[in-house]
Amino acid sequence: MVGDKSWSGRIFNGVNVLLLGIIGLVTVLPFIHVFGSSFATAGEIASKKFLLIPTEFTLDAYRFIFSTSTLTRSMLVSIGVTAFGTIWSMFISVLTAYGLSRKDLMGRNWIMFLFVFTMLFNGGMIPTFLAVKETGLLDSYLALIIPVSINVFNMIILKTFFQGLPGALEESAKMDGCNDFGILFRIIIPCSLPAIATISLFYAVTYWNTYMHAILYLSDAAKWPAQVLLRQIIVLASGLSYDNSVYTDVPPPSQAVKMAVIVVATLPVLLVYPFLQKHFAKGALLGSVKA
Amino acid sequence: MNNQLTMSSGKRAHIMRNILKNKWLYLMISPGLLYILIYKYIPMYGLIISFQNYKSYQGILGSEWVGFEHFERLFGSPDFWMIFSNTIILFALQLLIFFPIPIILALMLNELRSEKYKRTVQTLIYLPHFMSWVIVVSISFVIFTVDGGIFNSLLELLGFEKINFLLKEEWFRPMYILQVIWREAGWGTIIFLAAIASVDPQLYEAAKMDGAGRIRQMVSITLPAIKSVIIVLLILKIGDVLELGFEHVYLLLNSTNRQVAEIFDTYVYVTGIHQGQLSYSTAVGFFKGFVGLVLVIGANWLAKKHGEDGIY
Repeated sequence: MVGDKSWSGRIFNGVNVLLLGIIGLVTVLPFIHVFGSSFATAGEIASKKFLLIPTEFTLDAYRFIFSTSTLTRSMLVSIGVTAFGTIWSMFISVLTAYGLSRKDLMGRNWIMFLFVFTMLFNGGMIPTFLAVKETGLLDSYLALIIPVSINVFNMIILKTFFQGLPGALEESAKMDGCNDFGILFRIIIPCSLPAIATISLFYAVTYWNTYMHAILYLSDAAKWPAQVLLRQIIVLASGLSYDNSVYTDVPPPSQAVKMAVIVVATLPVLLVYPFLQKHFAKGALLGSVKA
Repeated sequence: MNNQLTMSSGKRAHIMRNILKNKWLYLMISPGLLYILIYKYIPMYGLIISFQNYKSYQGILGSEWVGFEHFERLFGSPDFWMIFSNTIILFALQLLIFFPIPIILALMLNELRSEKYKRTVQTLIYLPHFMSWVIVVSISFVIFTVDGGIFNSLLELLGFEKINFLLKEEWFRPMYILQVIWREAGWGTIIFLAAIASVDPQLYEAAKMDGAGRIRQMVSITLPAIKSVIIVLLILKIGDVLELGFEHVYLLLNSTNRQVAEIFDTYVYVTGIHQGQLSYSTAVGFFKGFVGLVLVIGANWLAKKHGEDGIY
């Protein structure tokens, strides 16, 4: 496709470049608007004098949201759940994926089927809720982690990756008298760091974004992670939901305050995004490889 | 594994030897197996409460059996048709409006000559995929709200009436699909870009010799080359009719737009968790899950018949 110098080709090219540029900008515009507004004064927002960057800069909104411990607490909850959840999920996913990647494991296909089937069909919200309840996890932070220990999709990506490693690595380790755990931790994991980093980030983003499980399993408002609090502040403050009786803390927050809360809840994902971006496309494709 | 009992002793010994030899591997997969057993397969067993009047103090074994009563109630309820048509309409929006967008975007991205520019655009359009639905919906709320939202301010500035996008029933579907496009259109290009990358460059050379322009090459070479990927994804999408996203719809749901916004998942949540009708809501979820399973298997069969590897 290189070397097309005709007029029509040039026009096509120019329009294409321009359109994609616009699409890219429009995609991030909402972020920039929210970010900018979070630093604006109430007066400026009310007079609508700006779209992206405020002329008067203030940290009032941030001072306000951090004046009570509510947001700080739920941020800490989210950070804790994300950290522990990611470590736990990686631990159990890597073990399972490696075990299932070994062709000499008898019954491997059957066990694999058990995992894949859970992607096609599940007991649904209520029976899963009852299982969480019966295992005593209701109103515990563990309810956000244990019931979602393994994302089968992520596990398959890891398994596919392990299967792609040269078998000679394992053979030589076996000669040296390593058992399967030794092989996994001394040989396989050090050779799979890019894949492990990618899947860790996938898990971390999922844990950071967790919302449904929190509203299902945690009724104690003090335990809410950031996403639930964000939803309470933005959506319920507008009096828009079924259960608008829940949020009675403060009068409806100003636009700038809402913006600031969104920024705080978004920032961690934005910070890991550059790392995520390095590998994710490859990871997403690996996952679409046949299980 | 019950077959083991009827196997000859030689074979059984062979199996035992294999299990012993790989005891560490079995130990490795046991936490994962235990996890899906407790949180995936036991809930599947729990589906039988949809045939009972389940009371938690009586347990699954002690609760009264009522046969298909809850399913009959569901199919006889006016709610059923509301949920059903809402689901179909949202799905149709996904298929007709959302589905083509990543294909078009991928074709456009593929025509970019500067790798650096391409990567920059990709970085920008992949970003919303990593935002939670709470964030996506929150951002649309602050932008589209009538009190102080930038969009309504602009409308006012241009001399139009303010529109209550968040409360008005007729704006639920446009908002829904707009958010889906914003979050997923960029990310959706990945699989098509990969398919395009595997097209033989000689085809383009040959086309150029024949005097085919850029658009002509796109329509006559790139598009046919990724046709099978498009068809398979389309079929698989159809298998996903019922997966419209609980979180997304629930976050948009409110008492004024319920008539157009309630879908199976949100209905299960409200009847089950809020109203405590555990057996009835499980029946609703069971129906949804069962239809979903049939659709996925059917779609996968169709995809295979089309000469492609299925996903499962």
